[in-house]
Amino acid sequence: MSKNTVAYIVSLLILGAAVLLGVTVGTVSISPVVLWNPASDSTAANILWNIRMPRVVLAGLVGAALATAGAAFQGLLKNPLADPYTLGVSSGASVGAVMTLFFGISIPFLGLYTLPVISMLFAILTMFAVIGFAKLVDRSMKMETVILTGIIFSSFLGSVISLMIALTGEELRQIIGWLLGSVSMRGWPYVQMALPFVLIGSFVLWLCRRELNAMLFGEERAKHLGVDVKKWKFIILISGSILTGAAVAVSGTIGFVGLVVPHMTRLLWGADHRHVLPLSFINGAALLIVCDLVSRTIISPTELPVGVITAFIGAPVFAFIFFQQRKGVA
Amino acid sequence: MLEIQELSGGYGDENIVQNVSFRVNKGQMLGILGPNGSGKSTLMKLISGALPFRSGFVKIDGKPITEFGAKELAKEMAVLPQLHAHAFSHTVRETVALGRYPHQSGWFSAWSDEDEFAVTEAMRLMNISHYEKTQIDQMSGGEQQRVFVAQALAQDAPVLLLDEPTNHLDINHQKELLDTIRKQAIDKGLTVISIFHDINLASMYCDELLLLDKGTIVRMGEPHEVVREQDIEMVYKTRISNHPHPELPKPQITLLPGVKRKVPTMLVRPQNFIVTSEFVIYDSPVPLKTVSSAVVNAGAGWFRTFMNRRVDSNYECDDSIQEMKDFIERKGFKPTDTVGMMTAVKTEDVIIKEYTGDFSSLTVAVTAGVGNAVDVSKALDRKEKVGTINTWIMVNGCLSDEAFIQAMITATEAKTKALHQERVMDPLTDTIATGTSTDSCLVAATQQGEYLPYAGPVTELGRLIGIGVFECTVEAIGNYRMAKKA
Repeated sequence: MSKNTVAYIVSLLILGAAVLLGVTVGTVSISPVVLWNPASDSTAANILWNIRMPRVVLAGLVGAALATAGAAFQGLLKNPLADPYTLGVSSGASVGAVMTLFFGISIPFLGLYTLPVISMLFAILTMFAVIGFAKLVDRSMKMETVILTGIIFSSFLGSVISLMIALTGEELRQIIGWLLGSVSMRGWPYVQMALPFVLIGSFVLWLCRRELNAMLFGEERAKHLGVDVKKWKFIILISGSILTGAAVAVSGTIGFVGLVVPHMTRLLWGADHRHVLPLSFINGAALLIVCDLVSRTIISPTELPVGVITAFIGAPVFAFIFFQQRKGVA
Repeated sequence: MLEIQELSGGYGDENIVQNVSFRVNKGQMLGILGPNGSGKSTLMKLISGALPFRSGFVKIDGKPITEFGAKELAKEMAVLPQLHAHAFSHTVRETVALGRYPHQSGWFSAWSDEDEFAVTEAMRLMNISHYEKTQIDQMSGGEQQRVFVAQALAQDAPVLLLDEPTNHLDINHQKELLDTIRKQAIDKGLTVISIFHDINLASMYCDELLLLDKGTIVRMGEPHEVVREQDIEMVYKTRISNHPHPELPKPQITLLPGVKRKVPTMLVRPQNFIVTSEFVIYDSPVPLKTVSSAVVNAGAGWFRTFMNRRVDSNYECDDSIQEMKDFIERKGFKPTDTVGMMTAVKTEDVIIKEYTGDFSSLTVAVTAGVGNAVDVSKALDRKEKVGTINTWIMVNGCLSDEAFIQAMITATEAKTKALHQERVMDPLTDTIATGTSTDSCLVAATQQGEYLPYAGPVTELGRLIGIGVFECTVEAIGNYRMAKKA
């Protein structure tokens, strides 16, 4: 059995286990039997299908979207510290989402999809603003420059959000909970809201797998290998932003998933994007489902925002990668 | 075929490359030379399309490259850039396989047998097949370089652009890589353009060279038209000396250091020669520039020790050169620093004399045995035997290459005249001999003091060599005949 087959089997098993744990563990323990025999315990089945399952699926979708987007951004920018959060794209999407939620914007034909679409638009705008600014600062787009630019934009956009919240005067706890990222109490409509975009975005990025591989050797090299760099770069940035926007619209800003998952995947299974992208998708889903499980059980009955858990894991990983990269250069 | 017409371009508003035109045919290899900052890499980027040019044409088989799509162009032209560091690591196979990118199309594009063959073949050619699963960031610079060359070869494009392909490689891999590219160029009819740092490598492997300076062509043509002292010295602002390659009709250069050779001033004097029953030896405090037809270290070179060793007249040895080297070592000298000759005559009968002229002086040393005297003009078949005239001319002066050769001729003429005077006969033809069957001659110079460009018979140096060799040879023949009578 090839290494890649093993990688997919292991990843899918972990995802399966995560889903199973996600739907059964909680304040009310549910037997897995309910999954295939709802009649055995109708209350439990109700909790499972109407509360836990949408939550788990949503966590999975968000995790998958962020991890896939992170893997693509890292490959494109040749920057192991890039992810939707560190690039400031998540913050951009948040601005869009907060605007939509608190000003009650609804675009006629989009209906339910107004929220993710506006989020995505803001994500795309932020993405291009960050890349454009970083390029102005330093044409070679050094790792630190890009991340610093991302942080600058994040701070600025964060203050825009704070301003909007202050002006609306809504109840703070809920908003802050949303900002820190959470997938609780969202239900099936949110799954429906995110699903098409996550699938389309991930699929398009998977189509860019060979171009991403080529671009790891630099844009000039990729061009010589026959990659239409301008075109593919645009497609990758848009798709990554769509994934980010969709994820942020339904869950707020959950940081570092897009950093941790691709890094671990590469470490274990190699840097080939043909596999890094799908494996990051699967593992991202599993990671966020587990993180969400931890966030709602660790200090039960109180729930932590899942973003707290991912940051708790992700920040040290960020520090570790940064340290390694700098050491590699020195 | 690649054709470049009046190409100009660069970064920003400035034209780094100006009005460059040339064409390279299938199966040909063009080397681009030029000092740092001469625009070599910029020219390469303009040709490869990495940098848009401002005016001119780049055409592949008559079609301008601007009319190719990205993938189409990659099918026609493979580029090896200079090595860069990267953040993520691929395995060797993954890296080489990327070379097949332009040949794959569609969303799910399967890996064809042709792709597999091209990748395996490229890895085999670059001798990296056994590294297949190694991560490239764990490899040395030279190994990575070979991986990227393999990637370019896997691309299977008829035009190959290389930016210093031998960077980071040791001499063995430099040779292997260029041999392979050269062979590919001929076998597959590739058009190869390569930037070179190393003028000698470029001269050896390229059909044509292009010397670039300040973005314009200084000279272009076959290596012998480009690798010329004046042009290279002007463009690189470095003193060089041009000399032929020992095996190929390609010029090679040698750097002449800015720091002058610092050696104590010295003169070769007869009193410094040591004569024993085993050998005549001159051990110089500084290396002398030498041209000789000796047994050990014949040809041209710089040597300190000069030995004329007596061997038995029945001396026979399968490997006389090795035996002589062993002898030199046994006597406490360095075989790499010693010119060694052999003679069957008594070494005590050597004639060593000094001749003084305006420039300084020279010393002639001759041992003569005329038992195997030969009239060379009769060209008879004969067996080679020991018994020989060994002539040394040590000049206190700085000789040109011509002077060395003229000194040899003059010395030979004087030797023949001496044989004539002494009526040394060729026993086979019964005519006057011109020399013996195994004569050796050596001209050495301190390369200090006066510069002596010529040593023909009318120059002072030539006159002294003529009279010196004549006198010493006559006397040495006298000694030999005395010894024979006794």
